[in-house]
Amino acid sequence: MRFNPALTSVFGRKMVPMSLNVETRAPVVLPDPEPLRLIDDTGRAVPVKRRQGFELPSDERLLELYRAMVVARRWDTQVTALTRQGRLATYPSALGQEATEIGSVLALEKTDWLFPTYRDSIALMTRGINPVEILSGFRGDWHSGWDPHAHRTSTQSTPLATQALHAVGMGMAAKLRGDSVATLTFVGDGATSEGDTHEAFNFAGVWQTPTVFIIQNNQFAISVPLAKQTRARTLADRAIGYGVPGYYVDGNDAAAVHAIVTAALDRARSGDGPTIIECVTYRIEAHTNSDDPSRYRSSSDVTEWKSRDPLERLEKYLVSQKMLTDAVRESINTDAEKMAELTRDEMNAEVSHDPMELFENVYAAERPGLREQRDFLAAEIAAEAAAAVGSGVAS
Amino acid sequence: MAGALNAALRDELAADPNVVVFGEDVGPLGGVFRVTDGLHAEFGEARVWDSPLAESGIVGTAIGMAMYGLRPVVEMQFDAFSYPAFEQIVSHVAKMRNRTRGRVTLPLVIRIPCAGGIGGVEHHSDSSEAYWTHTPGLTVVTPSNPADAYSMLREAIRSDDPVIFMEPKSRYWAKAAVELPVQTEPFDRAVVVREGTDVTLIAYGPTVKTALETADLASEEDLSVEVIDLRSLSPFDDETVGASVRKTHRAAVLHEAAQFSGYGAEVAARVTEREFYHLAAPILRITGFDIPYPSPKLEEFYLPTPERILNALGTWEWEA
Ligand SMILES: Cc1ncc(C[n+]2csc(CCOP(=O)(O)OP(=O)(O)O)c2C)c(N)n1
Repeated sequence: MRFNPALTSVFGRKMVPMSLNVETRAPVVLPDPEPLRLIDDTGRAVPVKRRQGFELPSDERLLELYRAMVVARRWDTQVTALTRQGRLATYPSALGQEATEIGSVLALEKTDWLFPTYRDSIALMTRGINPVEILSGFRGDWHSGWDPHAHRTSTQSTPLATQALHAVGMGMAAKLRGDSVATLTFVGDGATSEGDTHEAFNFAGVWQTPTVFIIQNNQFAISVPLAKQTRARTLADRAIGYGVPGYYVDGNDAAAVHAIVTAALDRARSGDGPTIIECVTYRIEAHTNSDDPSRYRSSSDVTEWKSRDPLERLEKYLVSQKMLTDAVRESINTDAEKMAELTRDEMNAEVSHDPMELFENVYAAERPGLREQRDFLAAEIAAEAAAAVGSGVAS
Repeated sequence: MAGALNAALRDELAADPNVVVFGEDVGPLGGVFRVTDGLHAEFGEARVWDSPLAESGIVGTAIGMAMYGLRPVVEMQFDAFSYPAFEQIVSHVAKMRNRTRGRVTLPLVIRIPCAGGIGGVEHHSDSSEAYWTHTPGLTVVTPSNPADAYSMLREAIRSDDPVIFMEPKSRYWAKAAVELPVQTEPFDRAVVVREGTDVTLIAYGPTVKTALETADLASEEDLSVEVIDLRSLSPFDDETVGASVRKTHRAAVLHEAAQFSGYGAEVAARVTEREFYHLAAPILRITGFDIPYPSPKLEEFYLPTPERILNALGTWEWEA
């Protein structure tokens, strides 16, 4: 595997590494403007000379990716359906983005840490977090439902780009302790305009933290297209300004995403610093269930992107490799249906909420003032219950 | 006091390998107020270092470090320059424990040199405590003297809760004969720093000194002033303050920050709600004016002085 091996042509002339006359701080070059692709739209392997030095993952690995993507899509569709039925308050779907989400997350080791956003529920599911725990926030039970330490996966961050700094900080801590741990974070295309994205890229570059940034370019920030976020040729181009290797990747090619993220994570764990990877994909669903995309994009665009479907592409390749026998397909579908069913069942079950928990875990230390407010609420609830019993209202 | 803070950092760095110190100019320079003086040389680049110049980045990365088990102590160079970190502090530092049902603990300290009185040009004299105290999940403390500075900073670093540690700049050069290490009251306790019988002056950080001077001046006029140093702004020590007010029946709260929606409003409301029948007069707020912090040549008109405080006490509707 090579990193930014070639000098890249921009504006028709050869670009040289960034520092001719200044002291060389980091000899990085602009990413190749041709997105890295290992399997093309038609499901055929890209010729070796166009692979930018990356190797196609093994057929077994590709099958594993495919299986996880099928399960993820089925699950995402199920959750969207449950949301339409009113079981969830909101759900930001990642339909169409499976190659980026799954290709990235399956490259992580158990000991690595993931710092996701609200968009990345399918990545969490693939990382092995229980669906109800993932959906706790979207159903409205509790902000975040799983134990981050148990899954080495932080909470889904809603304040855009803030989690990228957490990933850098944890990477720094791991580096200081000498642990071979990498951190990976997703950042949306819109979120790259936030100051925290800049600060995270820069801190990671200066500190050389073991951090992999996945810019998940799904073309829209709610309604706002990428052209209104940046004048840059690609978002990956920014990397050069931080002295960090940057890659521009076809985010609908699971093979390419997985190969490059695996390489970047290896690099991170061996102490060679951060990598910024832009994965170009498309958000097929609305931003969330309460969004109306017909106000800002045409359905022909969506149709066009559906024709570049990441699952179909990998499927075609695997069929050509004779990896997708009927038995394999069936087992994949069974897995997917099982996950959907489990989620349906768990999400349809009623959960009880303890209002007294509101006052727990605000602080580690006991607070008398909070105890008073807790007692107040407890008394109010008790009084209501007593009144209901008194008036014969069943509770 | 800067020396006491420096000693506290040194002793915690020595006591716990998980403690790290970083921020702007805190390395070889030792911080613009020299609070981290010598620490870089003593503990090395892996424990004490200069970060890139970005406050959200400093706090945001400290969060990730704390999640991994470190105990970061970060410095915001001046009060007004903590504002770029507002989102990280309010949305993550304060909420992470609660959002994760107690599974994630963030033991980090954000040191903020605060308040005025040192002839600083604009943006160097803000009192931003109310922004932080209004945020559930944060512990906000402020020492007024060297002994507390040492003891409270060590306690803050050992706390499993994130702490906003506000250091009154005007007290950095305050001297006191203190033998270190020293352990003062736990930092969630307010302390009566001067006993009196007629009125309670509730002060914190930079205004404790002003309150003590006021008490001196008042004694010449036969007015006995009790002075409380709150030390912790969140949590608030209702007990100590309540006991004093039940004794004196009158209270005034002092701060440099503007009055409207300021910390004094909380103090006045709380104490009134709890001690109404013991109060002989409404609780006064003697504070900065509701204007942006003034230029150095005008700050003397803004900051509450002992004379102004005494006059304010004199205008009270005293009830026998
Ligand atoms: C700091 C901040 N500003 C605004 C929002 C509201 N908001 C939520 S999602 C979103 C769009 C983000 O777009 P992008 O980063 O491209 O990610 P995507 O939703 O497409 O995955 C906005 C504006 C927010 N969550 N945080």
